[in-house]
Amino acid sequence: MSAASSATEPTAPRVRLLSRTVAASAIFVLMALIPVVSHLSDDPFLTLAFTRILVFAIAALSLDLILGFGALVSFGHAAYVGFGAYAVGVLMRHGVTDIFVQLACAIGLSAVFAAITGAIALRTRGVYFIMITLAFGQMAYFFFTSLSAYGGDDGMSLQNRSTVLGSDVLESNLVLFYVTLGTLVGLYLMATAIVNSRFGRVLQGTREDALRMQAIGFRPFRYQLAAFMIAGCMASVAGVLLANQAEFVSPAYMSWHRSGELIVMVILGGVGTLLGGIVGAVVVLLLEEWLSIFTTHWRMGLGLLLILVVLFSPKGIGGIFERVFGPRK
Amino acid sequence: MTNLFLLQLLNGVQLGILLFLVAAGLTLIFGIMDFINIAHGVLYMVGAYLVATFAAMTGTFWLGLLIALPAVVAFGLFLEFFLFRRLYDRSHLDQVLATFGLMLILTEGVRMIWGSSPIFVPVPDALSGSIRLLGIINYPVYRIAIIAAGFAVAIGLYVLISHTRAGMLLRAGASNRPMVSALGVNITWLFAAVFAFGAMLAGFAGAMVAPVLSVDPGMGESVLILAFVVVVIGGIGSVKGAFVAAIVVGVVDTMGRTFGPILLQMVLDPSAASQTGRTLAPMLIYILMALVLAIRPSGLFGRRGAA
Repeated sequence: MSAASSATEPTAPRVRLLSRTVAASAIFVLMALIPVVSHLSDDPFLTLAFTRILVFAIAALSLDLILGFGALVSFGHAAYVGFGAYAVGVLMRHGVTDIFVQLACAIGLSAVFAAITGAIALRTRGVYFIMITLAFGQMAYFFFTSLSAYGGDDGMSLQNRSTVLGSDVLESNLVLFYVTLGTLVGLYLMATAIVNSRFGRVLQGTREDALRMQAIGFRPFRYQLAAFMIAGCMASVAGVLLANQAEFVSPAYMSWHRSGELIVMVILGGVGTLLGGIVGAVVVLLLEEWLSIFTTHWRMGLGLLLILVVLFSPKGIGGIFERVFGPRK
Repeated sequence: MTNLFLLQLLNGVQLGILLFLVAAGLTLIFGIMDFINIAHGVLYMVGAYLVATFAAMTGTFWLGLLIALPAVVAFGLFLEFFLFRRLYDRSHLDQVLATFGLMLILTEGVRMIWGSSPIFVPVPDALSGSIRLLGIINYPVYRIAIIAAGFAVAIGLYVLISHTRAGMLLRAGASNRPMVSALGVNITWLFAAVFAFGAMLAGFAGAMVAPVLSVDPGMGESVLILAFVVVVIGGIGSVKGAFVAAIVVGVVDTMGRTFGPILLQMVLDPSAASQTGRTLAPMLIYILMALVLAIRPSGLFGRRGAA
């Protein structure tokens, strides 16, 4: 993974860290202003649309944690988003509306699924890993597709959003937006802490050379599995929020197209930067919205962009950015 | 019960044969070029669409098949020349992304040209109707023809790979690419040939299945995921492994869907059994894959360690 390794080269780490903090703050502040823009332009849909973007930013962030820092190309990551969404949908059906209970179930389910499938997938590497995570993702997808008690293929719509300790504050789109943004910021800080911790260092060391890590006395498997589980749990949080944003739950959330799109977001934004996943989510989803204005065949545009980026800018959009504004070396 | 069992067994083998045709190309491309192609399922789909189109144009299925096959090969070569060739030296991640993008483009392209609604291809006259097998079940002749054609291709593939010079180069390329190149084999040509070959197999599978299934833009994806499972179980690069795994996956999947609910009725009440059965059946092959990997991480016939 040469693209991943170059992102964390120790060239002037202080400057890099500072500029990254500034960039992150700028992005989050800009995001926080969206509802204001939405209010001024009298377009309430904007807030809701950006809530969705933030949800996928959380999912992409979680994927970047394992893809960028562990070189684990998981092609089944959307499954965890689905688990989160179904935790909301299924519990709602049975009268459990509290978001904390739903979150606990989503995270628990994701942790168990990630532990089992991760333990099997991590026995392999490279192409095998990609295909196995893809297959397990599809397994989860088919499971929920055939679950006719909960809508099956069609999914199910929710009567209400989740409650927070008995209060229905989330019914307000504005509150949901800021809750989602707050979650994103919190998880971003958590992911940054993880990456810079000893655990994160071991993970990155394994990404560079698993054999050497073993030689100096680490067991990469445990660290990789733990990271795989953490990423899955984080993605399920995104799922809980997605179900609340859309007030609808469907197996389509976990299809392999979604998993592919999550990878695309991380790559376009720049692998192994944490912020990249967030930027990628914003760019990809805005691009989708924008392209779908012109044509129903917007996927073609996305596909074309993907191929062009892979062929000409291996570092993603961030790479283009760096190239245009000059390398700071 | 025996009738149903035999019927489903044949259906399972037929699905397995189709999976083998798709997976054989995938596994060769993985094994020899270390290249992961998410868009491989598209070739299967394109094969089906081309046969549908040419059969409608010429009026006969056979002529349609005769034109569609070279067209798929040409299409595969076109993709190889303009895109895949540039990706061989890239990381798997780049390959996944670019071919995922290609898949999006081609699937949308198919939607633009042929529309989203399914197309039906009539079964050729010579192979219509059904015959009585073993005196107990009626089975459509066309499905038997698919099984026979698949087996014929499998045997042909075996002969080609094990007993010809081209096959020798393929095997050599799979085990040590730089060495083959150093010995003066034109590796560019070899890669293109493998690609064209894989495209032809996938396209042939799609073309054959067109009269049995409805031809729609989602058909490539469902078969691609199953083909991945087959390749993983069989072991990357092993055509023999792909064959065994494809038949097993085809039979397990088909049988599971039919007999899962029936078997569960022994321990559960009927409605719960049919519900649980329908939920669990699609997961069977993935559980099978997990079991195989737990015991042999590089698949049934994978020679190298999990690479």
